[in-house]
Amino acid sequence: MSVEVREDAPIQPAPSRKPLVQLIGVKKYFPVTHGVIFQKKVGFVHAVDGIDLSIYPGETVGLVGETGCGKSTTARLIMKLMDVTDGQILFDGKDITKLSRRGMRPVRKDMQMVFQDPYASLNPRKTVGSIVGEPMRIHKTVPKQKIKGEVQELMRLVGLNPEHYNRFPHEFSGGQRQRIGVARALALRPRLIVADEPVSALDVSVQAQVLNLLEDLQEEFNLTYLFIAHDLAVVKHMSDRVSVMYLGKIVESADGETLYRDPKHPYSGALLTAVPIPDPRMKRERIILQGDVPSPINPPSGCRFHPRCPRTREIAEREGLGRVHPRCRDEEPELLPHHPGQVAACHFPLEDRSSAQKKK
Amino acid sequence: MTEKLLEVKDLRVQFPTVDGIVKAVDGVSFSLDPGERLGVVGESGSGKSVTFLAVMGLLDRKAANVTGQILFRGQDLLKLRPDEFRRIRGSEIGMVFQDPMSSLHPLYKVGKQIAEAIQAHEDVTAKDAFTRAIDMLDRVGIPRPEDRAKQYPHEFSGGMRQRAMIAMGLCLSPDLLIADEPTTALDVTVQAQILDLIDRMRDEFQTAVIMITHDLGVVAEHTDRVQVMYAGKIVEAGTIDHIYHGAHHPYTWGLMQSISRLDEEQERLKPIKGAPPSLIFVPSGCSFHPRCPYVMDVCKTEVPPLEEEEYGHASACHLTLEEKKRIFASQVEVRT
Repeated sequence: MSVEVREDAPIQPAPSRKPLVQLIGVKKYFPVTHGVIFQKKVGFVHAVDGIDLSIYPGETVGLVGETGCGKSTTARLIMKLMDVTDGQILFDGKDITKLSRRGMRPVRKDMQMVFQDPYASLNPRKTVGSIVGEPMRIHKTVPKQKIKGEVQELMRLVGLNPEHYNRFPHEFSGGQRQRIGVARALALRPRLIVADEPVSALDVSVQAQVLNLLEDLQEEFNLTYLFIAHDLAVVKHMSDRVSVMYLGKIVESADGETLYRDPKHPYSGALLTAVPIPDPRMKRERIILQGDVPSPINPPSGCRFHPRCPRTREIAEREGLGRVHPRCRDEEPELLPHHPGQVAACHFPLEDRSSAQKKK
Repeated sequence: MTEKLLEVKDLRVQFPTVDGIVKAVDGVSFSLDPGERLGVVGESGSGKSVTFLAVMGLLDRKAANVTGQILFRGQDLLKLRPDEFRRIRGSEIGMVFQDPMSSLHPLYKVGKQIAEAIQAHEDVTAKDAFTRAIDMLDRVGIPRPEDRAKQYPHEFSGGMRQRAMIAMGLCLSPDLLIADEPTTALDVTVQAQILDLIDRMRDEFQTAVIMITHDLGVVAEHTDRVQVMYAGKIVEAGTIDHIYHGAHHPYTWGLMQSISRLDEEQERLKPIKGAPPSLIFVPSGCSFHPRCPYVMDVCKTEVPPLEEEEYGHASACHLTLEEKKRIFASQVEVRT
């Protein structure tokens, strides 16, 4: 049977490029209980509420959003440090959602994590050598006699002095500790590294050192990163694609440049204009969001952003429909494509800023 | 010439420890006009917080050796007795700290805490003080202030708590508000709300604001003048336009080059090599010399003085003014 190739067929991503990690309709609800002995479930925190995300080999996907939007929970679900409530997580095409602890072990070798706080994530009673070497001992990837040499090689790689093999974490500065965390994550030569706020605890001058290191290592070992941070500038700098989360959902995804130039979702727009620009001569129009993120126990109906959305208000008031457009209140928007590679979930996406600028 | 609101002269703060003397602040002098907004930038351990803890009289006098002069409207705060200081702190100098959870008392209602601050300084009834507290909560944009005043801090979100702290800091209309990393613990959207609020409050109360932060973006958008601190010293000071469009100190250059920017496409960040020094063993000469890419022999032995090179713009570096201008223009400045 011959296959007809149609001229107008939509351009598909190259079939050889299969995602390394794929999340399909992933949900995570935490029960809210009442009472001490008979813990009655009175509701659920909808931490992650149905997200789809693909991470392709060798790329960096950034995840941004405010506190409580579910970005760290997503990281923990991918690492299978928690089980999903619903949905599927595929790693290299294999469904890992239902794997047991034992079944997970060989997969764990391929995925490692770098944590936020370099002070809390290193055992203060262990030397750097044993912290970085532990994954090798557990997974038996390196014969015992060779571990020390291997660890010292890793230390050199991340910019630590290999002679400091026997030192303890407290003898290092914050930036150096984060390098130890990176060396540990690299010990098993993983394919995926999930970095959850890896530089937010560091000083500005040291942040740049660690970010450059992560970039170098990605090139050298062909690593895939899921990069989570609340600092949009850092995420944009590091990522090929950025997904913006709000209350457990992805509201927009695009490459960093497009997202910054032409955000489609009013939430992304507000988030981006909220970042102060280090240039006093640059004056921007700032959208200041009112109020706080609503409770994820009872997320708002329709579009979750509607109670804070300046856009729905503008449109509803123009059409004389009150303060919220009924569509935003009742109908949940789907992620729809805009620019190439950009999707956003909004009934009334923001207008093109770049084309508006060109007209000038 | 207007009278200076705050004038700090050769302030030194030293903490004797078993390992040696920590020189947290090492000869800092600056001044502030009424109603001015000053940004103080530096990394952890640069002495930026300790300097202003000294100004607020919050350093433990037994643990810290504080010398120099802190003139607030001409009066030397360092010569005051603790009870005299208490009268100024709160009523004339307001404060907002980084972590709003630990700076509010968890067991007292928010309105009560603000009312208490008012009662400590003014002879008013508890009822009147509480009414004023509600009014302040309303002015900082807290919805339903009557109900909110009767709630405990844990019932407030992070942004709301920081608003309550600002209400407390401003309830006695101080002439100076010192905000130490007021938005570091908050999300960017909430940060924008809070900074906007501080700006509006400054316009309303004509308060001078000192904003201590590590975020160069916050400084650019919310202050008039900046001073950059490194290892207990001011290394550069000037208007925001001086600093962002003509910085003179290699440390300032390093800071500007190491931040990720939303408004620029950067191939690679240029971090400052090494880490900030220990304040016990501060490097000889210019304390930045071990990390400085433009280091000269003189830098290793002689401490560069903070000298005004252009009107209102001073830096502490041995490079000549021409070299500084050349390096900034060719390597640091972001061209758009």
